[in-house]
Amino acid sequence: MQWNSWSEFLAMGGYAGYVWGSFGLTLLVIICEVFALRLRRRKAIARVKQLQSWSDQGLEYQE
Amino acid sequence: MSAINWFKYAAPQTFYPLAGRLIPWLYVIATLLALAGIYISFVIAPTDFQQGEAYRIIFVHVPAAWMSMVIYLAMAFWAAIGLVFNTRLSSMMAQALAPTGALFTLLALVTGSLWGRPTWGTWWVWDARLTSELILLFLYIGFIALRASIDSPQRADRATAVLAIVGAVNVPIIYFSVRWWNTLHQGASINMSSAPKMAVTMLTGMLIMALASWVYSIAVTFVRVRCIILERERHAGWVRQLEEVKS
Amino acid sequence: MKLRYKRASLIGAAIVAVALAVTLILSAFRSNIVFFYTPTQVANGEVPKDASFRIGGMVVEHSLERQPDGLTVHFVVTDTVKHIPVSYQGILPDLFKEGKGVVAQGVLDLEGRFIASNVLAKHDENYMPPEAAEALKRAKAAEATQTPGTAGSKS
Repeated sequence: MQWNSWSEFLAMGGYAGYVWGSFGLTLLVIICEVFALRLRRRKAIARVKQLQSWSDQGLEYQE
Repeated sequence: MSAINWFKYAAPQTFYPLAGRLIPWLYVIATLLALAGIYISFVIAPTDFQQGEAYRIIFVHVPAAWMSMVIYLAMAFWAAIGLVFNTRLSSMMAQALAPTGALFTLLALVTGSLWGRPTWGTWWVWDARLTSELILLFLYIGFIALRASIDSPQRADRATAVLAIVGAVNVPIIYFSVRWWNTLHQGASINMSSAPKMAVTMLTGMLIMALASWVYSIAVTFVRVRCIILERERHAGWVRQLEEVKS
Repeated sequence: MKLRYKRASLIGAAIVAVALAVTLILSAFRSNIVFFYTPTQVANGEVPKDASFRIGGMVVEHSLERQPDGLTVHFVVTDTVKHIPVSYQGILPDLFKEGKGVVAQGVLDLEGRFIASNVLAKHDENYMPPEAAEALKRAKAAEATQTPGTAGSKS
């Protein structure tokens, strides 16, 4: 453990912007990807459900 | 016997529930590994003798750069399998890998830039390593764009497969660029022929972060391939019978 | 089955052809992908004339001289065979150090001095805590004093 205080840890030896920027950006990208995939899955399921309900009603559908 | 099994798992309707069962576990493992990796990166790994704390960017930069290349090779592999055997799932796998690979390439480039500025003194140079990694990003974007531009999924599978396979030559170029040419980018700290040029705790942190990236990549690829299956097989009877669709 | 093999061999052939083409192109243009020239290449006149280019090498120990104006620095770059004196006016990167790698962009003046417009630090791929680096340095120094004829003569 080389950190004597929280402020020293956050300062990253003067490279705070670069180090925290890299880690923060990586985290942000991961969160965005997971969230975007959740959205895509919801959309895909909704689409299948819609097609199903159309064919249940005996409707011809065109895409 | 084994061939029969392989083709059984190559069917989307077998793979879909299997991947669904694995995904939560993969997410948990990836999170635990990432937490352990971050702890080592910031608490256990010591300061570097020449770069001070700036070197800690290595813990995200190197795993991202590795994944950018590994995912491309996996993508080209599945695309080639899909092209040769005409297996639907293989092409879907290739399609599912591309966005994650592109994101890791982008992360490798941006974190590299954030690392280069304080250490080298520049955000960007056109040396062989950086240029070939940028070409990799364009290959991913080209792969995704080509698919988007072709309406028929089967034709898109074939066209993108050719692009993925041809582009694969760029991966060894990226990897060996620092040996073949004079570059500003330093050589590899880890290679097959010599001992790692890193202190053990630093190396451990980097490898655990790399492992976390692997598991994460598999998890999100499985999630995406399930989305693709739902999108492309939406007319199939088994899709209509799925629990998530009926409820 | 037959179609499958045909397709596989076609793909195989395509990969081999592309790989071959790329290898050929790369080896042909090998000299054009250089990011920097070494002092030896500069001494042999392999560098572009009348154009700015980059040199790369190690900053010679104790060669760094800061001029009285506070901005101009002089140092010598070497690849252990040839030496090139460099002048630079500006801020040096954090990792610029004597005995470490450097890449400088600029032009050669008539006396063979490299007038740099831009200096970048090229660090190596070694990562270790400062104590380990210190211990390594001491071990090297001890080795040098034991065999003054070989390692000691370098510095």
